[in-house]
Amino acid sequence: MIQTLAFYLFAALVIASAVMVIMARNPVHSVLWLILAFFNAAGLMVLVGAEFIAALLVIVYVGAVAVLFLFVVMMLDIDFASLRAGFVKNFPLGIAIALVLAAELIFGIGAYQAGRIELGVASGAAAPILDASNTASIGAVLYRDYLFLFEAAGLILLVAMVGAIVLTHRQRPDGARGQQNITKQVRRNPNEATVMKQPTVGEGVEL
Amino acid sequence: MIGIEHYIVVSAILFVLGVLGIFLNRKNIIVILMAIELILLSVNIQLVAFSAFLGDLVGQVFAMFVLTVAAGEAAVGLAILVIYFRGRGTIAVDDVDRLKG
Repeated sequence: MIQTLAFYLFAALVIASAVMVIMARNPVHSVLWLILAFFNAAGLMVLVGAEFIAALLVIVYVGAVAVLFLFVVMMLDIDFASLRAGFVKNFPLGIAIALVLAAELIFGIGAYQAGRIELGVASGAAAPILDASNTASIGAVLYRDYLFLFEAAGLILLVAMVGAIVLTHRQRPDGARGQQNITKQVRRNPNEATVMKQPTVGEGVEL
Repeated sequence: MIGIEHYIVVSAILFVLGVLGIFLNRKNIIVILMAIELILLSVNIQLVAFSAFLGDLVGQVFAMFVLTVAAGEAAVGLAILVIYFRGRGTIAVDDVDRLKG
């Protein structure tokens, strides 16, 4: 009973906040509604026992992606009113396409309920480990069967990070403060960078 | 009793809302990126729900990879947005075809 209640609470809130994300006039409000949607989606995932993905959702989406959005929205000085100009004009087309998509999805759900396509039984190799937590079970599958995919995911993140830095890095004029001069840096040698001193007691060093 | 159908319905509604958001806010690329995040979230809910109800953990592993790609996509997309704004002073999607070359 309490699970049913919780499901309907989370589901209603995630859908309501998704509506607010696309309808809100101010993008800052959109981001805040998006955060609420992520939290409620995490709640939905906890209900089916996927607590690791739920925690990941809160950490990655709320902690990183939503904050990134918030930074960009607040950093750029954008005239949002002019960007909403096409909202009313696009409304009928958008609703029409959304209805077609919704009809297709409902049809798909109906087909699934009528009896799913026989695919055979899962091998059982990736079944959750009994008596182990969701996190431990995922870890067993992830590091045993999907190790290379896992490392590829790390590479994707690395490439995304390098790409974002390269894209947004601003070239400063020569000689500006904070400019890195790589040749100068490489040419440094210990003889000109360091000096040996023999200070006498009580006098200190003159540089 | 909550079954997998309930989860599919929630995820389907979220997906449709995400697509609708792209169409409604065609000029505002920030909201378009947020709508894409909504779509990816709906896919994640779907993956996790099937994984939980069919007793196969690969769905949750896959949801993690979707999460990774979503984070990378948001970072690179927002970086492109920032340099585009620096160059042109607006983020209206209508003029983005000048980005070529």
